[in-house]
Amino acid sequence: MTNTTATKKPGRRKPAKANLSKEAKTPANAGLTDEELVGFYRDMIRIRRFEERSLRAYQQGKIAGFLHLYIGQESIAVGCISLMKENDHVITAYRDHGHALAVGMSMDECMAELLGKETGCSKGKGGSMHYFDPSKRFWGGHGIVAGQTPLGAGLAYALKYQEKKGCTLCFLGDGAINQGAFHESLNIASLWNLPVVYIIENNGYSMGTSQERSSVHPEVGLAARAEGYNMNWAKINGESIFDIREGVKKAMDLARSESKPSLLEIHTYRYQGHSIADANHKKYRTKEEIDDYRKNHDPITLYREFVLKSKLLNEEQVKEIDLAAKAEAEQSAKFAEESGFPKEEDIVKDVYWEEDNPDEKLSQGRIFFND
Amino acid sequence: MPEISYRQALKDAMIEELQRDDNVVIIGEEVAEYNGAYKVTEGLLKQFGPKRIVDAPISEAGFIGMGIGASMLGIRPVMELMFWSFAYVAWDQIINNAASVRYMSGGKINVPVVIRGPANGGTGVGATHSHTPENFIANTPGLKVVCPASPYDAKGLLKAAIRDNDPVYVMESTIMYNDVGEVPEEDYVIPLGKADVKREGSDISLIAHGPSVLVCLEAANILKSEHSIDAEVVDLRSIRPLDEETLLNSVKKTNRAVLVEENKPFCGVDAQIAYLIQAHAFDYLDAPVQRVSAIDAPAVYSPPLEEAQLPKPNVVVKKVLEIC
Repeated sequence: MTNTTATKKPGRRKPAKANLSKEAKTPANAGLTDEELVGFYRDMIRIRRFEERSLRAYQQGKIAGFLHLYIGQESIAVGCISLMKENDHVITAYRDHGHALAVGMSMDECMAELLGKETGCSKGKGGSMHYFDPSKRFWGGHGIVAGQTPLGAGLAYALKYQEKKGCTLCFLGDGAINQGAFHESLNIASLWNLPVVYIIENNGYSMGTSQERSSVHPEVGLAARAEGYNMNWAKINGESIFDIREGVKKAMDLARSESKPSLLEIHTYRYQGHSIADANHKKYRTKEEIDDYRKNHDPITLYREFVLKSKLLNEEQVKEIDLAAKAEAEQSAKFAEESGFPKEEDIVKDVYWEEDNPDEKLSQGRIFFND
Repeated sequence: MPEISYRQALKDAMIEELQRDDNVVIIGEEVAEYNGAYKVTEGLLKQFGPKRIVDAPISEAGFIGMGIGASMLGIRPVMELMFWSFAYVAWDQIINNAASVRYMSGGKINVPVVIRGPANGGTGVGATHSHTPENFIANTPGLKVVCPASPYDAKGLLKAAIRDNDPVYVMESTIMYNDVGEVPEEDYVIPLGKADVKREGSDISLIAHGPSVLVCLEAANILKSEHSIDAEVVDLRSIRPLDEETLLNSVKKTNRAVLVEENKPFCGVDAQIAYLIQAHAFDYLDAPVQRVSAIDAPAVYSPPLEEAQLPKPNVVVKKVLEIC
């Protein structure tokens, strides 16, 4: 046996400080147009303003259940999804608002879903944790920790089966890496060379339990567990959207060209609790830690400095983008509030395909039992 | 009409559907090179090759979840569970993902998967390997579950399951794999949710599914020859969707019912059937509805006790005599 005598377990280590001006010149980023670069800023700000507005709606009692906010992690969804091509697909867990907006779902349908309205992206049947839009190759929005990881392998399996040169981005949190389904998925993905890129968004806490208290891993980090599955892996600094794109593009290229999976770990941080119902989030971590990430590592702040410094935008334009995002979020809240709730008879719709398509019904017999 | 085994009928169903639709793929433990733990998939690898017939590692949550994900993009995986008892390690995929994705997406995504394998006791494999989870599955809106009891039904139901756009779970029986019956050569499917009167009778309705159908047919013979009671045997075939009409019509005709299943009694399938009978045929009943289920304990290993734990013709006969 090796390494069992170490007294201190490896913990979460902050990556070296990002340098966006330098990282913007890496191969995955050098060819970006000014419009694309400005677009990243707009996309990240839109996610943040949407979520801040949703937080207000939650505090006003307009949203039921949980609200898992992505604030602090926006660079990951925007950076990764900006790399998607025609045959690429994406699936994630329950902290899914950022990914949904990044694939192009509208704030209106997303906010309406939070309020449980019929105009929501899932007609009010999914809620915050369960956004879907297969027309944008976004397959959810999954509520059970790591439950989406076999599905991600399956999307990749289908691409390979249909001989399409694409890949699947399957996001998960750092808490998901201790679930059996995740390990089964890694083994299958590597065994069958499935074109899937697993992306751990490591925000340091699986709910209220820190990485140190929940996961053992080699000194270098969580993603090194991939070694055991003979799988490509890398660690990425999530405060830099350029680092994200550079690292993720390599994994996506490997998946598309050689049909090989990867496990990536992106270091990030969430400022809010696990969900907004998590009132204890300042107890299991220090105020200093939260402030440090907010002040020194915020991916949007760092990116704003980059776009100003590189003169892609001036202060006024930055403000305009911000105001437009706020207005869009406000409008989505209005849209959601003015929309109607689904009807009671809708409860039994969208359960079975054949019930919703009675002309093509193959089965007979009773399928619902509501006396 | 040619006579083939229940095992062959299942295999023929898969062969025909593999030939009909390129998106059909067979995935499971030992289904390819080993030729199937119960030889249901014997020869398929040779006939269709490794792209269509895929050996999975022992990772039910992994490969079943993978199949569910693939089905969202249009693949039609037919996944074998060596035993339905192994479903529990994949329960999140089988119950949460397969049943809920369509609903939670507001109907935007379909999950056309089939999961099949044996779900029966009576083979001396103890409590962990003898589960009959059709009641758990039937309790989950979004899922369908069928329990064929003859070669003809096995083929027709499996073909219908593969063509269905919703998740359909097929529960077979290792005890019936060698049973032989008439199966036509021409293409046919049996609609899900259509019960079958396996024996007509006028005095009492024996309502069953899966291996218990055979128990009821044997009991009906004893009732006829020894007690001059003419029992009707209704095979539900499909638990969800459920053919209420056929079972209620039978009860309305005979005015008596004994419900027989291998499920444990508490919250078993027949608890729901009993409810439906009292709700919709109360005025037709001449006696309380009776049930014969497995004895309410984990599946016992000791062979004579296991035999006693499961429904047997003599127990069914005894129950019938209590109300006839």
